[in-house]
Amino acid sequence: MDLGPYILLATLEGAVTAAVLALTAVGLSLVFGVMRVVNIAHGEFFMLGAVIAWYVANGLSGHPATGFFAALIIAPLLVGVLAMAVDMTILKRLNYDPERTIVATIGLLYILQQGALMTYGPEARPVEAPFNTRIALPWLELGENGLSFYYPWGLSTTSYKLAVIAAAALVLLGVWGMMTRTKLGLVMRATQADRDMALAFGIPVERVYAMVFGIGAGLAALAAVLIVPIQQAHYMMGADPLLLSFIVVIIGGLGSLPGTVVAAIIIGLSDGIISVFFSPTLAKILATLLVGLVLVFRPQGLFGTRAP
Amino acid sequence: MSGPRVLMLHLGLLAGLFALQFVLPAYHHGNLARIMVLAAYAVGYNILFGYTGLLSLGHALFFAAGMYGMALMIQHGGATPAPALLVGIAAGAVVSGLLALLALRTTGVAFMIVTLMFAQAGYLTILYFAEWTRGDEGFVIQQAQRILWGIDLSQPTARYFAAWAVFSVAFLISLWLVRRPFGRTLIAIRENEERVRMLGYDTFAHKLGAMVISGTISAGAGAAYGLLFGYAGASFASVQYSIFPLLWVLLGGAGTVLGPFVGTLFMFYLIDLSSGITSAYMLIAGVALVLLTLFAPQGLVGELRKRVFRGLP
Repeated sequence: MDLGPYILLATLEGAVTAAVLALTAVGLSLVFGVMRVVNIAHGEFFMLGAVIAWYVANGLSGHPATGFFAALIIAPLLVGVLAMAVDMTILKRLNYDPERTIVATIGLLYILQQGALMTYGPEARPVEAPFNTRIALPWLELGENGLSFYYPWGLSTTSYKLAVIAAAALVLLGVWGMMTRTKLGLVMRATQADRDMALAFGIPVERVYAMVFGIGAGLAALAAVLIVPIQQAHYMMGADPLLLSFIVVIIGGLGSLPGTVVAAIIIGLSDGIISVFFSPTLAKILATLLVGLVLVFRPQGLFGTRAP
Repeated sequence: MSGPRVLMLHLGLLAGLFALQFVLPAYHHGNLARIMVLAAYAVGYNILFGYTGLLSLGHALFFAAGMYGMALMIQHGGATPAPALLVGIAAGAVVSGLLALLALRTTGVAFMIVTLMFAQAGYLTILYFAEWTRGDEGFVIQQAQRILWGIDLSQPTARYFAAWAVFSVAFLISLWLVRRPFGRTLIAIRENEERVRMLGYDTFAHKLGAMVISGTISAGAGAAYGLLFGYAGASFASVQYSIFPLLWVLLGGAGTVLGPFVGTLFMFYLIDLSSGITSAYMLIAGVALVLLTLFAPQGLVGELRKRVFRGLP
């Protein structure tokens, strides 16, 4: 393949990464923005989503699409409810103290991860995609007869990957609509702006917090269900989404949802292209250093203007 | 508790550990040597977290700096253990000083994430240079390379005494430090940094000092661990090894001199016992972290100080 089709392919793969990453990171960003809680266990909610999707898809017989779409609803709901329970039993009792909640969510990370190891086991297991048609992509070539289309070997994507991108975009639009157009969103933004004042105006802040934590975890689980037909469900799969979400949320500006989405698209797209030129380990080293340095020298994020 | 009694209690622990060597069965003998070196790491962590109030999630970077500084000198530099140990400790001092200059510009949650990210970058760097470090697999330091001043550190008895010496040094530095004006200022910074600054103290210099001392002790423990147990591997630089000292110190009691040892002792045996039952032994660590933050943020020795021995350092 020439360089042109190669980069198109890397961009398409990157777009899938970006879509899933945006969902996961928006969940993390929402929780940090409204609750000021850094949820280290966010990656494990992602992992739980994938593992539950496997259980649901395997439990239901019939066409693979039945199991997948059932998982698409059941996994985020279950994970959301679990996260709400965690919020009410643990985080609320710590008064959302930033440092103690970090320690508690580190503990939660190990509980969820090791719990999955004990029940689901150490194997990586796939979930079948509901539809998976291969789509060959054309490429322009300047030949002797002017521009012409041809289909380079290997330049293709699947209908499922395109559907993942569309679904993620829809959900992100939904989140944006919820935050700007509904009463729930208004209440969340009010709580984010001034917790005490919100409380004084009769907003049930504790219920809002539980709701936000549930939605944040649910978004991570949803992202995992979308990706699990492409990757596989494994008990250790939460580490990478957590690290990438952190990078995205910090570069996009802590707690800023538009900044998070922009950063997710940039990081997701560049991830595929960068790993063409650098080794993945070196790319990760540069990314983690970038996050550390951004936090030190530009705590509002590269794109954000709002102070954290 | 008055000064002499405090001193008696702490020296008593060291004497007790010294004496235990003659009565312990082989298995626990080996375990306790490990626990003492790891407790020295926890003592280092405690100076920054317990006394200065800075929660670092990146101490594995310092532990690994010591371990690899020592191990690479022996493996590729052909050094003998004594200079290799010094190189390890110096590596820890340099790395912690550099990280402190960056990370101390932030506070609270940002400090935790900055230390976490730099430690992760350090871990990945060890994997990246797998040609020298052998990455995840790590490398063994041969018995012949572990003879310090004619003492074979691979022998259980010599190893126990060496571990005891490492722990004693860290423990006594910590006990001495927190009773000095410098240590008292650190405690004041933990309680109210604004007020300390208003009183005219240079809080940045104090925090920098605390982080370098903490990192250097952690590096010393890392170097000793590699030398005594003859192995250096990338897993000692992973996030898990940053979480462990936090867990030990929280369990034993942050901001107490005895706490790090007590916490390391209990958690080591808790994980040792549970790993006999299930492969998911880190579950215990997770449950302990959650329960400790919820119900006993003071830790074991901290609770003891609150109820029985007031004035314990």
